Amino acid sequence: MVALSDKKTVGRSKIHPLKFLLIISCASIMMLFAGLTSAYIVRRAGGNWLEFRLPNLFFINTVVILMSSVALQAAYHYFKIGKEKLYKGLLFSAFILGLLFIILQYQGWLDMHAIGVELTGNPAGSFVYVISGVHVAHILAGLAALTVALVQAFSLKYTVTPRRKLRFELTLIYWHFVGFLWLYLLTFFVIQS
Amino acid sequence: MGSTPVVAPEKTREDVLIEEQGFDDHFHDHHHGDKFQSNFITKYVFSMDHKIIAKQFLITGMFWALIGAGMSIVFRLQLGFPEENFAWLRPLLGNWIMVDAEGIGTLDPQFYYALVTMHGTILVFFVLTAGLSGTFSNLLIPLQLGARDMASPLLNMLSYWFFFLSGSIMFASLFLSTGPFSGGWTAYPPLSALPQASTGSGAGMTMWTVSLVFFVVSVLLGGINYITTVLNLRTKGMTMWRMPLTIWAFFVTAIIGLLSFPVLASGFFLMMCDRGLGTSFYLSEIFVGGEALDYVGGSPILYQHLFWFLGHPEVYIIILPAMGLVSEVLSVHARKPIFGYKAMVFSILAIAFLSFIVWAHHMFMSGVNPWISNFFVLFTLIIAVPSAVKVFNWITTVYRGNLRFNSASLFAVGFVSMFISGGLTGLFLGNSAIDIQLHDTYFVVAHFHIVMGIAAFFGMFAGIYNWFPKMYGRFMNETLGKIHFWGTLIGAYAIFWPMHYLGLAGVPRRYYRFDTFDAFSHFGAMNKFITVAAVVVFALQVLFVINFFYSIWKGKKVTTRNPWGATTLEWTTPINPGHGNWPGKIPTVTRWAYDYGKDGKEFVSQVEPLAEGELTDGEGAHH
Ligand code: HEM
Ligand SMILES: [Cu+2]
Repeated sequence: MVALSDKKTVGRSKIHPLKFLLIISCASIMMLFAGLTSAYIVRRAGGNWLEFRLPNLFFINTVVILMSSVALQAAYHYFKIGKEKLYKGLLFSAFILGLLFIILQYQGWLDMHAIGVELTGNPAGSFVYVISGVHVAHILAGLAALTVALVQAFSLKYTVTPRRKLRFELTLIYWHFVGFLWLYLLTFFVIQS
Repeated sequence: MGSTPVVAPEKTREDVLIEEQGFDDHFHDHHHGDKFQSNFITKYVFSMDHKIIAKQFLITGMFWALIGAGMSIVFRLQLGFPEENFAWLRPLLGNWIMVDAEGIGTLDPQFYYALVTMHGTILVFFVLTAGLSGTFSNLLIPLQLGARDMASPLLNMLSYWFFFLSGSIMFASLFLSTGPFSGGWTAYPPLSALPQASTGSGAGMTMWTVSLVFFVVSVLLGGINYITTVLNLRTKGMTMWRMPLTIWAFFVTAIIGLLSFPVLASGFFLMMCDRGLGTSFYLSEIFVGGEALDYVGGSPILYQHLFWFLGHPEVYIIILPAMGLVSEVLSVHARKPIFGYKAMVFSILAIAFLSFIVWAHHMFMSGVNPWISNFFVLFTLIIAVPSAVKVFNWITTVYRGNLRFNSASLFAVGFVSMFISGGLTGLFLGNSAIDIQLHDTYFVVAHFHIVMGIAAFFGMFAGIYNWFPKMYGRFMNETLGKIHFWGTLIGAYAIFWPMHYLGLAGVPRRYYRFDTFDAFSHFGAMNKFITVAAVVVFALQVLFVINFFYSIWKGKKVTTRNPWGATTLEWTTPINPGHGNWPGKIPTVTRWAYDYGKDGKEFVSQVEPLAEGELTDGEGAHH
């Protein structure tokens, strides 16, 4: 990337431009889900709505994704203070937990299918499938970022440069964000039913 | 610098000031900025330089404008001359012109709808969003803020190429044997959600959706960059309140886009699920050919909400950049500070806020609860207030100024005229009771073409004529520019003024022909008149395009840095600025952008330090 933005801008900005850029991208992703969830509300108000219990796995999974967030935060901490082993181990655990989240979400969909809530049936079910599906797509993007972080962690010599720190922080922000997003979605579904 | 060193032809007072007081960011000590554009491909094709990207957006936008406007000529020919033989269009349109046994050619009605749909989609998204905001945000944000480039040149480049990809897909869909999508630019279900609904609803609609999803990606990549650049990369001294109104407009536009386009994307996702996976978000109890489909419990109104939640902010995404350009051009050429700078900023913010809570005025006739409609009527009419503030300020800026009549300022004045005319008809439509009669008639067509279509084009033209010297180091031809202006002004009114009468008489929009209806057949002559005017106006735009390309290579050369005598930073760069914009330090700023006619000086550049005891930022300026 052309490193124009790596340069000190006029010394005023407290937050790195790329970090800022990521944060507003998250705001825009948030709007995507705001659109989907408000569509849910509008459609639900229209009646002919199937009520059903969310799969238990969705709740367990919330713990999984939050643990993954915590692991990554800790990895970042140890990355900064020079505990290489802990940093790599925790980074790896964050990745595995993220992967586990996706697998369990899929299992959750199967559970919905098992109680007769189909993707193509009443929109009440379709909404849950589609919204959680779009969310998983965002988790996948996060896993891609974590993969890059892992490859770098294990292939590059361990040093703490501003560039690597920044890259780590960007990954961290996004990963926290998609974790939080799931918390929001789950809360939304629970409040609505 | 890279392969083309930038030599300053003259040393201006601004150069000296920048050298003495500018900010040294050591940009030219490092060469990593340039290895990315050392050859033709990286310099002109996959460029990361915001100035090149601006030109890419502009020229791609012009390409689409010609296609989109050309389509309108074809369907206007159909409306003006429904009995005419169109066999001569066969070489261009192929089988879409149906030729009967006697050799008489008629436009396929299905293709008429495809043309109308593509015209709307292309003009709204590719021309007036990407072509306008993409061009000028890219060109001016770094230049006017004193930045080397955007916060992320890479994302900026991707923004253009996603737009290009989106356009390529839409373009390819024109050549489908079943034709492109034909359900209107708003793509309401069921025509859009049901692949078998009409010929264009199949592959045409699939490509339309995919194209627009890439378009949303492009807008978002551009938008996050614009916002970050404005908030983080302003040069020293460039406080928010010293930014030119252009930047305020682009900045707020980007925020609106960032908040509304994702919602459109969510609407499209649900649409794709209905089309591809068999869900029933928008479809319900539908019979096709006497056979019941599987869909249960969907709501087409749901789509309308999601669409117009973007759709209305979208019209301001189109008009705000034009407003910003017009404010700047009027102030520069009237040689007066913009009247009510802060009021201008606050009205931009007010319009942006209100634009999110009025979307249902497009749905008064869609079965929305009339009681809820009242709120939307109220908020819709309130938008007239900040709009009127802006109009008042533009007029006051020009009033008693020494307006230089050139192509740029003429188009800016023309913008104000169009915005007033079209805004007034908005007040009619905003009343839900009146809208019962006027909805989906030519009155609506007239309203939004004048207030959005023509006005935004005028803002864009004002911008192009004004900043062409900065983009290409040459001027556009003024005589052709003036012919372009007067012809287009008169022609545009000739096209759209009569449409108000058609609409009041109840003539519906999106009909293939009117001569077969007793109620409307007597408007034949009026429709002919409109078509002839449209052909003339189209020809004038071709003239503009010729002027544009001719001037790139053969136009009069710019010989001084600051041909218009403007205060803003882009005119302190070399005539042909290289990568990084300023050859040495970047300028620092001590005053706002509108010191025109101050203390006996015609203009005072933003880099000029304050004199002792001088008031700044418009304080004590003689309004
Ligand atoms: C005082 C300001 C305005 C008011 C009160 C207003 C009101 C309205 C209303 C109520 C409609 C719906 C008419 C119908 O479909 O029955 C409408 C349509 C439209 N307006 Fe405005 N408007 C205003 C300004 C603008 C501006 C500034 C733009 C664009 C820059 C704009 C663009 C449009 C477009 C594109 C449509 C039609 C979309 C379609 O159905 O295809 N309007 N306007
Ligand atoms: Cu609207």
